[in-house]
Amino acid sequence: MNILEFTILVGLGSFLAGFLGALTGLGGGVVLVPLLTLLFKVDIRYAVGASLVSVIATSSGAAAAYLKDGFSNIRVGMFLEIATTLGALFGAFLAASVSTTAIGVVFGLVLLYSGYLSSRNPAESPGDDHPDPLATRLGMNGTYPSLSGPKQYYVHRVPAGFSLMFGAGALSGLLGIGSGAVKVLAMDQAMGIPFKVSTTTSNFMIGVTAAASAGVYLSRGYIDPGLSMPVMLGVLAGSLAGARVLARTKTQQLRVVFALVIVALGAEMIYGAFRGKF
Amino acid sequence: MLRKADWTDQKVEVIIASLLRAGVTLSAAIVLTGGLIFLFRHGLTHASYHVFVGEPTDLRQWMGIVRAAFALHGRGIIQLGLLFLIATPVARVAFAAFAFAIERDWRYVGISSFVLLVLLYSLLGSGV
Repeated sequence: MNILEFTILVGLGSFLAGFLGALTGLGGGVVLVPLLTLLFKVDIRYAVGASLVSVIATSSGAAAAYLKDGFSNIRVGMFLEIATTLGALFGAFLAASVSTTAIGVVFGLVLLYSGYLSSRNPAESPGDDHPDPLATRLGMNGTYPSLSGPKQYYVHRVPAGFSLMFGAGALSGLLGIGSGAVKVLAMDQAMGIPFKVSTTTSNFMIGVTAAASAGVYLSRGYIDPGLSMPVMLGVLAGSLAGARVLARTKTQQLRVVFALVIVALGAEMIYGAFRGKF
Repeated sequence: MLRKADWTDQKVEVIIASLLRAGVTLSAAIVLTGGLIFLFRHGLTHASYHVFVGEPTDLRQWMGIVRAAFALHGRGIIQLGLLFLIATPVARVAFAAFAFAIERDWRYVGISSFVLLVLLYSLLGSGV
């Protein structure tokens, strides 16, 4: 296969990943690395580098759309970014010292878990009104728009959320994914932040987290321009198109199909890793 | 004159969103330009990403990338666009620090500055 054919095929695959990722809200990064490694036989380090770059592009590109509704909480996001960026640095350095087989296995496990997460409905977050004193001191409690006017919410268990965010950052740096699912879990489940606020704040944080590890990947020579070009442009175009279609589609069935695809890819990644494919 | 009342968190976030969009648009345009040059010159070469060799030192550091881009090397121009892309969230954090300073929220100026330092370390210092 020559570079022109390779570029076109990778670009189309990335477009599809970005499109489905935006439609289902699961993000394109999570299927991108399996696509590049299993189908296109790209070395996993190049694949993770290209995926990180595309994660920054989609997170930043989608920010404007998310902001209109006024749900995101910039203080919660900024404070937790301390944890995600440090975690991302840790993950990026880890990526250089562990074997590609280990990366493949961890990636597979994360895929299986994401598939499981997306198959169940989000549990109601604890609705008690006793905020963490730390959250109050950090000015994190906020309001979000609802039908009956601005609604007050309180932030709980900051240390627990902070630790989970370090883990989310480390996964992002190791695997080149946005790890939005873990971020939402940390805010929504651990810190009791309303779901809408969690998802929009998470989107904001994804770009900053990915940038923290992308710098390390770049300086280690893991970001290949020839590969990253079709991946970044494809995922970006796909996610923008997906967000546009999203407004007039029912996505419940699509989510189920996508979750099944993710689980299958996860199994394939683990199988491939043990066969020494990476 | 910038007054504190004009700088609600909501307004800051709207400015940040446009900043992010502009950064992504700019970098995508640069990447596309570099990509076309790259494909025009090397499109018929055999593609090999299966074996990991790592990028040449030139394409790992921002000075080398800028040099390669100004020499109109396709891969250098793409890498410059990617560098802009990585710098976009960094600019967003820097702007947030600035906005918090106008709000006189020094605690969050400190928090944003710390995040900014981590990002700058990753981008500029981690390869040394």
